[in-house]
Amino acid sequence: MPMVQPRSIRARRLGAHLALIGFVSLIVFPLLLVISISFREGNFATGSLIPERFSLEHWSLALGIPWERADGSVVQPPFPVLLWLWNSIKVAVVSSLLILMLATTSAYAFARMRFKGKAPLLKGMLIFQMFPAVLSLVALYALFDRLGQLVPWLGINTHGALIVASLGAVALHIWTIKGYFESIDGSLEEAAMVDGASTWQAFRYILLPLSVPILMVVFILAFVMSIMEYPMASVLLVDEHKLTLAVGAQQYLADHNQRWGNFAAAAVLSGLPITVAFLICQRWIIGGLTAGGVKG
Amino acid sequence: MYTTNASRGLPRHRSRHVTERYTRWAMRGLVAALVLTLMWLVLAFHLNGQWMFALLFLVLGASLAVVFTKRTLMSHRYIFPAVAGLGVFVIFPLLYTIGISFSNYSSSNLLSEDRVRAQLLARTYQEEGASFTFQVLRDGEEVRLKLESDGEIALEGEADAEMEAALEGASRFISEPLDLDDDASRRIEIAPLHQALDAEPLEMREVIAARDALQALRLVTPEGLELRMAGLRHFAPMLDRYEARDDGSLYDRRDDRVLTPDRDTGFFVGDDGQRITPGWPVAVGLDNYTRIFADPDIRGPFMQIFVWTFAFAGLTVLFTLVVGFVLASLLQWDQLRGKAIYRTLLILPYAVPAFISILIFKGMFNQHFGEVNMILDGVFGIRPEWFTDPWLARSMLLIVNTWLGYPYMLLLCMGLIQSIPRDLYEASAVDGGGPLTNMLTITLPLIIKPLTPLLIAAFAFNFNNFVLIALLTGGNPDILGASTPAGTTDLLVSYTYRIAFQDAGQDFGLAAAIATLIFLLVAGMSLLNLRLSKVKV
Repeated sequence: MPMVQPRSIRARRLGAHLALIGFVSLIVFPLLLVISISFREGNFATGSLIPERFSLEHWSLALGIPWERADGSVVQPPFPVLLWLWNSIKVAVVSSLLILMLATTSAYAFARMRFKGKAPLLKGMLIFQMFPAVLSLVALYALFDRLGQLVPWLGINTHGALIVASLGAVALHIWTIKGYFESIDGSLEEAAMVDGASTWQAFRYILLPLSVPILMVVFILAFVMSIMEYPMASVLLVDEHKLTLAVGAQQYLADHNQRWGNFAAAAVLSGLPITVAFLICQRWIIGGLTAGGVKG
Repeated sequence: MYTTNASRGLPRHRSRHVTERYTRWAMRGLVAALVLTLMWLVLAFHLNGQWMFALLFLVLGASLAVVFTKRTLMSHRYIFPAVAGLGVFVIFPLLYTIGISFSNYSSSNLLSEDRVRAQLLARTYQEEGASFTFQVLRDGEEVRLKLESDGEIALEGEADAEMEAALEGASRFISEPLDLDDDASRRIEIAPLHQALDAEPLEMREVIAARDALQALRLVTPEGLELRMAGLRHFAPMLDRYEARDDGSLYDRRDDRVLTPDRDTGFFVGDDGQRITPGWPVAVGLDNYTRIFADPDIRGPFMQIFVWTFAFAGLTVLFTLVVGFVLASLLQWDQLRGKAIYRTLLILPYAVPAFISILIFKGMFNQHFGEVNMILDGVFGIRPEWFTDPWLARSMLLIVNTWLGYPYMLLLCMGLIQSIPRDLYEASAVDGGGPLTNMLTITLPLIIKPLTPLLIAAFAFNFNNFVLIALLTGGNPDILGASTPAGTTDLLVSYTYRIAFQDAGQDFGLAAAIATLIFLLVAGMSLLNLRLSKVKV
């Protein structure tokens, strides 16, 4: 707390609050708007933030339940949103678990062991991590196309391909976990190894239980990144019932047939859990993103 | 920091626990199975003639076998799976893309030469000289086809003489009984018909209904000539159009010409210079790169997109930094209450999945019924055309991207500002410095240095911000006069994506060449980043 205070402090504090409130309302407006639109009747309804003609039509359709209008006509759900959400979650959980396994074991070696080629490998990972997957989509498509002819569950239009392809993004997580391992004193493991534990046992029974928090963070981080992944999914997945949410959601706003109201309900339904999860875990996620990932 | 016993060549640690020895054997079995699977893939790819993929899996399998058998590589076993993932899904695609950039791989040059040849040899044509009118006769439960020749059979050429002979004497045929509910392709024998039949022909309406089944039929005369449906009333003989010759060329029976494979362009070319599609991919050297810089229809849009990409990434970093920095300075102010609430609300754009918020903006900026234009119309009486005017579309992208990106900068700045010693502000207050002076002469200079590598990373990220472009504008409005799909709001990545995956002329070679140029730019940026941030390994 500075000892010297300017005189106009109260006026300035008020000004700061007003400016912040103004800015925050500008930022939050689109999100509130979408929630409001999801409860309005019809696809092009306008009006104030609190809907004048309240209707659950869009929500019912987003949940996959046909909706009967007041005039007796029945509207079928346009897209299988819940299926897309399920696909997204399925892919995200499996790929995050795999990424976690791969990243943890390599981070252990990078943090604790001395071996040939360690420094160039770590630096190389940092460099390659910056190459966006969009640029090698042609190659990835060709790879999975050919692979699919031999191993059907790894072909185009399978979730297997999408999961396996996401393994290329381990570098970021290796750096995060490595940073955490290095902050743990190695003497515990050494003591265990003096008592006859193998390297693997020291890792599995001493270090891993100590690192549960960072493993949770990396899992959540990988999960969120996988849910948001768009370019690879847009090329690898074809059938409507195979799509993930990130690819499917844009169909609501196709150029010729915009279903604004239906989109709003689907967006809130699928976006809210992810947003809430992010906010709950924000401290760890942000720590991971700003510390491990971007340090280099 | 230690070296594993095995890597030092120390004696093997033999476990006293039986279960652990079993686990070891299980691990060995797993590795062996994996190596065998990979070798099977190598063989399969090799037999298919896809040597790039065979090589990839050979390297993978061999390194797996080496790392998991040599005891001195014990430490490498821990990193092998991750490095393999990186190799197969990042480095290999990168090298493969660079390889494609030196070829003319595209939707017209897609299959291998053998497959193209096989496809051409399977092509047929209808001989115009002969055709048969058909009727579908129903006799009780049985359905048969009756064919009647249309007048004299008059064919030209030597190949047709034998056909003529085959049809000689028989002008009417009758098929075996068949099932019109079955759409599967099959061959049906037909025999010459001598006596009249008294069965009811189906009406045209019913014939049309059974069209799919009829089209799948291959009628074979006793002499082995094959007839196919050639219209709603006719069946006609279909002949193989191309005939393979020993020197690798093809003879075109219908147009009486010779097609020779041209291995420079990857097409079969006729005597008259006409190219037959499809072709196969061949190496074209630096052609794709010279096209980018020499072909005016590509160079113009490419340069425009190139400049816009840099402007977009630079302006995004600038805007998000300014907004984030100002907000962070405000939130660090000791006198302010309710910081936690402000902070949570301010990072909300970061928490909402980007693909959802981008689509929300797409709806809001809609020119006809979007909320943005409705408010602007109500207040100022204007309705800007956000999606059809290039400059408005670009401004919209920057607005949306600033909304999406400032929370990251806010978080970074807040973290860095916390490490600034408080007494600096104290001294400033004694000297009568206001908040603006503090911000510009104390805070900014002190955080800009640790911030620089992060700014470069943010620049590189936005340089390749494909999702924003793909979901918001799709690159539109288009650049006029471009020979490839190119838009005024396209970034280099989305431009590459569109060349490769949009519309008919999927030009993978050109897309890969541009991708290679972007690889070089990104590599430069990340090297710079590595140097500035002085990463400790």
